[in-house]
Amino acid sequence: MHLVYPAVLAALLFCVGLYGVLARRNAVLMLMSVELMLNAVNLNLVAFDVWLRDSLHAGQALTLFTITIAAAEIGIGLAVVLLVFRNRGTADIDRVGRLHDGDEPDGDQLVDPTEGKATVG
Amino acid sequence: MTLTLAILVPLLPFLGALAGLACGRRAPGMARPLAVLPTLTAAVLAVVVAARLGPGHILDAATELTPTGGVQIYLSLNLDGIAVLLAVLVGVVATCVQVYSTAYLREDPRYPSYAALVSLFTSAMLLVLYSGDLIVLLVGWEVMGICSYFLVGHHWEREDARSASIKAFLVTKLGDVPFLFGIFVLAGDAGTFQINGVIGAATTGHLHHATLAALLLLCGVAGKSAQFPLHTWLPDAMAGPTPVSALIHAATMVAAGVYLVARLMPVFLLSTAALVVLGVMAVITMIGSALCALAQDDLKRVLAYSTVGQLGYMTGALAVGDRDAALFHLLTHGAFKALLFLAAGVVIHAAHTNSLTAMARPGGLSPDGSGISGTGGSGAGLLRRRVPDAYTTMGIGLLALAGVPPFSGFFSKESVLTAAEQAANGHALTDGLGPAGNVPCFLGWTVLVGGLLTALLTAMYVARLWLLAFHPRGAQSVGGENAGAKVTTAEPAAMRWPLWLLAVPSLALGLVGLRTNWLPAWLDGVSLTPSLPTSLIGTGVALLGFGLAYAAWRRAAATLPADAVAAGAVADPGRVLLGPLFGPARDGFGVDRLYDRLFVRPVLGAAELVAFLDREVVETYVKGAAISPGLVGRVVRRAQNGNTQGYLSALAAGVVVLAIVVAVAQ
Amino acid sequence: MNVVPSVVGSGHSFLSPTGVEIVFVLVGLAVLGAALLTVTTKQLVHAALWLVVALGGLAVEYLLLTAEFIAWAQVLIYVGAVVVLVLFGLMLTRAPIGESPDADSGNRWLALAVALAAAATLVTLVVDAFRTTWIDLGTVAGSTAANGVTLFRYWVLPFEALSVLLLAALVGAIVLSRRRDDDSRSDHRGER
Repeated sequence: MHLVYPAVLAALLFCVGLYGVLARRNAVLMLMSVELMLNAVNLNLVAFDVWLRDSLHAGQALTLFTITIAAAEIGIGLAVVLLVFRNRGTADIDRVGRLHDGDEPDGDQLVDPTEGKATVG
Repeated sequence: MTLTLAILVPLLPFLGALAGLACGRRAPGMARPLAVLPTLTAAVLAVVVAARLGPGHILDAATELTPTGGVQIYLSLNLDGIAVLLAVLVGVVATCVQVYSTAYLREDPRYPSYAALVSLFTSAMLLVLYSGDLIVLLVGWEVMGICSYFLVGHHWEREDARSASIKAFLVTKLGDVPFLFGIFVLAGDAGTFQINGVIGAATTGHLHHATLAALLLLCGVAGKSAQFPLHTWLPDAMAGPTPVSALIHAATMVAAGVYLVARLMPVFLLSTAALVVLGVMAVITMIGSALCALAQDDLKRVLAYSTVGQLGYMTGALAVGDRDAALFHLLTHGAFKALLFLAAGVVIHAAHTNSLTAMARPGGLSPDGSGISGTGGSGAGLLRRRVPDAYTTMGIGLLALAGVPPFSGFFSKESVLTAAEQAANGHALTDGLGPAGNVPCFLGWTVLVGGLLTALLTAMYVARLWLLAFHPRGAQSVGGENAGAKVTTAEPAAMRWPLWLLAVPSLALGLVGLRTNWLPAWLDGVSLTPSLPTSLIGTGVALLGFGLAYAAWRRAAATLPADAVAAGAVADPGRVLLGPLFGPARDGFGVDRLYDRLFVRPVLGAAELVAFLDREVVETYVKGAAISPGLVGRVVRRAQNGNTQGYLSALAAGVVVLAIVVAVAQ
Repeated sequence: MNVVPSVVGSGHSFLSPTGVEIVFVLVGLAVLGAALLTVTTKQLVHAALWLVVALGGLAVEYLLLTAEFIAWAQVLIYVGAVVVLVLFGLMLTRAPIGESPDADSGNRWLALAVALAAAATLVTLVVDAFRTTWIDLGTVAGSTAANGVTLFRYWVLPFEALSVLLLAALVGAIVLSRRRDDDSRSDHRGER
């Protein structure tokens, strides 16, 4: 097949992911968009590896590594999002922009909304 | 010896002024002696100098001031009969004023500076009189101007005093700038600033620009002597203390202009145009000011307009070529006008008001002096019984002003009218100072007719003043003479005997003009005896004026409704006599408003424009220089607003741009 | 490394696509559509589900490119683990069920502009560079055996490092999301 097809698909997918990273407000949605970008990169790597057929299979090896790293990253990322959610009460990127020095009218302090209301919610 | 004394005459008041300014605050007890004694000594010395000089002699002394490289300036004295006589007048009036002021301004905290300024003024006027060099005369002229500014604005807490002093200063300065150029023209033609040199050049025909110089000098004379159109400052200058008005605006400063023309008479006689301008100016001033005086409510303003008119007489006499008549009138006017102002000061002090209307209310004056008329106001007594000395002396002064024989004003006014009559017949009394043919006949007729009309109007406003101030109608029917009220005289001695001192020349000074070896010997020898037809016409006119005013007063009182009387209106003969002109006359015929529109408003508008440009244009640049970093900062701050996705977008956009650039550049 | 690129064949034109190409394009369209829905939908959980579709579609693409090991790894790890993690994250952060009106921030127009610009640039460059390139899919390139050989022969060190990385990520995630039992729980007990 023409190399153009996978390459263009990868480029478009990458840009969709880029839009999602820059436009979405929820942190988890941002991480999902990052996953899209990484997948676009993977597709690119695989397509070029299949085209080049080098003996090291560098493209496919790197793809495996990318998948692994993406998994690790999403794990840590979600843990951080969870911590932020516990501290600020919101997972929105917009609202956690300020450093938490001094008195801030922003967000609930040190109250974990996931606790205590689980029985109610 | 005479020279030394003559130098001391202007010098002593100057030193007294310096000493007064220096230690006025530290040693307030010294203020009064420092005010009176130098002036008194100077007056005595002026008399001595005059006696030693004798009639017909001239003392001339000059020393070079500094080598200027061009036209030399000499510190020179030139004493002739005119100068020494006027110096005696100035000294006597100044002494009277200083003595009077010690009582009039007794409670004034700024008395030391006031007295020092009056002394400085006296010294400047004496310098003008004695000076033989035009530049030294100019120095004295300008010092008088600045002293007038300070003295008129003595009560600078009051708005009207502040604005009056600035107005006086500006209007006289407006005349003084052309005056300066006139002096330069004269000196340029004659090659010297010395007055003798200038006069010599005039008589020998070396002055090629006599008309130009004379017209320029006339601007300064008009400003200083308050002639139309620069007369507007004098009525407003009455906001100063009354002794200041007596000294400056009656006897001395306003006379300086007349003195200058008299001194430089040969120059003026060379130019018909200047004489015509002077004469027309004089006639307009005379008649206009007399009409205004007939309508004024403020006692001092009546006297101010009267001064303007009498100065018109003097300038009219100068315009027809006879300086002796002008100087004679100057002498008598100095005496009786100063008397009138000082007496007016006493009257105003006792009545606690300047307003003739208030003084004329039938209820007399209430004890607090507010002049409330009406139903049975108790009244503290008639004004004329409270200040009998002022009443009598003011009567003398007013009769002299109206020109009733045998008071001094009669003789001097008649000499002016005689001079005009002679000029009208073609024989102007120039006494060899210049070509008599340069005085046109129509000018003589104009001055004569104007002078007679003004005499009529003068008599009218004199009578009106006397009737309104001292004869309130119906005072006799109300129990005005309340024994329990203050009937004691309110005048201290220091305010009384200057009045009597000045009443003597007001009464008798006219007689010195009768014989040619008395006053005329000091002047140019022209006869000052009034001619019989002129005397009769003049006296008749004055008596006619009195009669008309009295009849108008009765008529006004008869036609006044009773409720208007209760509301405080008085019978004013001026309204009857002037009819529809009363309003404009009280307003000075709107000259002030005209000047305001012509000059003041454009200047203020230009000043506002400049302020606007400075504020909006120039400062905008400055403010812009301050604001623009702020704006730049605000724009740049948006790169740090905490919006992570914004940062990323900018980053990604930058990368895309770089990629495009690289791709295109390849 | 011997690189054997395919020779540009004169018989390969865009106007007569092979079967593989047709399927690839169709699946690619589905992937793109799902990705677009992921980034634009206002229902957060739906976004996660559309992500599953996109990732699954990509696995099919890998198969079409004869990289079968990668395809199964993609399904296992991405669809199996990552998406589950994402769903858990959404639930733990109280993502609203149903539409949330503020799913997109105010930057979206700028983001759209940047994304469009980037897309235009990349597509232009790629098409311009690789217009005539042809992949030869005759032999299978990504078999498990081949991948295993290269991994354990040439890429051992990165492989081991990656395992350490995974371990670190695991430990880190646990530590981060652990509650501090002594003080925080007693605090919250006191507030109740």
